[in-house]
Amino acid sequence: MKNKKISEQQIRHLAKLTGLSLISDEIKKFPEQFSEILDYFEILKQINTKKIKATSQVTGLENVFDPDKPTASLPIEAALKNAKSKYDNFFKVKAVLKK
Amino acid sequence: MKKERLTIKDIILGLEKKSFSSVELTQFYLDQIDKKNPQINAFITVCKKEALLQAKTADKLLEKGIKKPLLGVPLAIKDIFLTKGIKTTAASKVLSDFIPVYDATVVAKLKEAGAIILGKTNMDAWAHGSSGENSDFGVTQNPWQKGFVPGGSSSGSAACVAADLAPAATGTDTGGSIRLPASFCNLVGLKPTYGRVSRYGIIAMSSSLDAIGHLTKTVYDSALLLNITAGKDKTDATTPKIDVPDYTQNLGKSIKGLKIGLPKQYFQDGLDKEVLLQTQKAIKVFQDLGANIVEIDLPHTKYALAVYYIIQPAEVSSNLARYDGIRYGLDRTYFGNEAKRRIMLGAFSLSSGYWDAYYLKAMQVRTLIKDDFENAFKKVDLILTPTSPTLPFKIGQKTKQPLQMYLSDIFTVTANLAGIPGLNLPSGFVNGLPTGIQLLGLQFSEDLLFQAGFQYEQKTNFYQKTK
Repeated sequence: MKNKKISEQQIRHLAKLTGLSLISDEIKKFPEQFSEILDYFEILKQINTKKIKATSQVTGLENVFDPDKPTASLPIEAALKNAKSKYDNFFKVKAVLKK
Repeated sequence: MKKERLTIKDIILGLEKKSFSSVELTQFYLDQIDKKNPQINAFITVCKKEALLQAKTADKLLEKGIKKPLLGVPLAIKDIFLTKGIKTTAASKVLSDFIPVYDATVVAKLKEAGAIILGKTNMDAWAHGSSGENSDFGVTQNPWQKGFVPGGSSSGSAACVAADLAPAATGTDTGGSIRLPASFCNLVGLKPTYGRVSRYGIIAMSSSLDAIGHLTKTVYDSALLLNITAGKDKTDATTPKIDVPDYTQNLGKSIKGLKIGLPKQYFQDGLDKEVLLQTQKAIKVFQDLGANIVEIDLPHTKYALAVYYIIQPAEVSSNLARYDGIRYGLDRTYFGNEAKRRIMLGAFSLSSGYWDAYYLKAMQVRTLIKDDFENAFKKVDLILTPTSPTLPFKIGQKTKQPLQMYLSDIFTVTANLAGIPGLNLPSGFVNGLPTGIQLLGLQFSEDLLFQAGFQYEQKTNFYQKTK
């Protein structure tokens, strides 16, 4: 096996950062799969990009503004329609801060 | 009049001549779905009641002589487009009970044009995939040959049109998700220029790459649908104020003297021999139509897939961060295998210490790929390539090796990176399996793609082939 770019420990850490829970099969396979994919990315090292600007908006639009006029937003009932847990007009979530 | 294998154009004509009513036609498709969908699994949700109700209304309007471009025409919608009051899952368990409270702009425009929604089509969950196998609601079969994938991620959209369960379907294309399934299912698949069609209300995958299009039987139908979906939308800031022409207007014009470039990098190792032969036959058709074929150079092609698989998961990790099960949907434990892989890969390439080496680097090489195309289009009007490097593959063949699956997108990701439009056209069959070519053009040159595609279609007529 090629040297692993990503360890099982890193995979667990990434899962924690992204709020995901992995099953044992994923914990076993992801390090190798990620390493293989990252190895594939190595090809980009062949190009010198020192003076190249990054492209983020491909059609070249910049600073698209709209007049600052308030318009109707989603009614409260609609916004809450898919919530599993609500209280009056609020989404109900578990406490984030400790007492 | 028979209702089998109608194009949108046929349907509009048939409704006008009263050869059938919209209710009769809608019922025909619903019956087809009842009969064939259990084997193909192209639909996640079928909207029987709503569709028949819409068709009834359409018939009344038709009776009154009211004109709308798609009045009474049934369509299928990829299950990643929000449809008010109709479950929208993105084929993920996370959204298995999500009922949108508003329509995507494209859905609203199609409804306004009089279209009827037959149902929501299956796909790779969150549009992550090239085969349809990543759906949390089961694999979709290729109607041309059982046991083969229909291509993804718009797998159900392709399969339902190929199996004649709908005359056309919407799709999304972030790295080939319309063009690849179109090529695997003998359909015309349009990935418009980035921003040509509003992304509002479509579940976001990769915001700098997502393009909204459709899969149809013919080029005319594709042009007709773009007439309706394209244009500025104030709820999507990436839609520019560029006029929407009548995309059907140039279809009949000759392409004599048109310069078509063949990028040599797309005809090298890794391309299946059969696919190469099919592509050569298509090139011959364009030559016969009077086009000048020239070889061109897109020197940064070999970096495109790596660039794509850095940028796309990075944007995926950000877009899928919003699914927390609080406002809608279920919590993050319901994410499937491929979504987890992409979210984590994206989070990795965006994390401190790796950002420069991966994400920034990819964005810079993206510039070079875009420049390659801009330089090429100084010499040629269009570019022609195979759409897929291989024939449609067997279900299960690539699911164990994510990188092998990613390589299916090698010819399609470049258009998304450069923001240019791409049109898949059927190029025939090998052992009963469809193949396709794609035409690429300058940004906002969809009309030229349609013109060339239509001329080619008139000579080949692959869409008329039955199994």
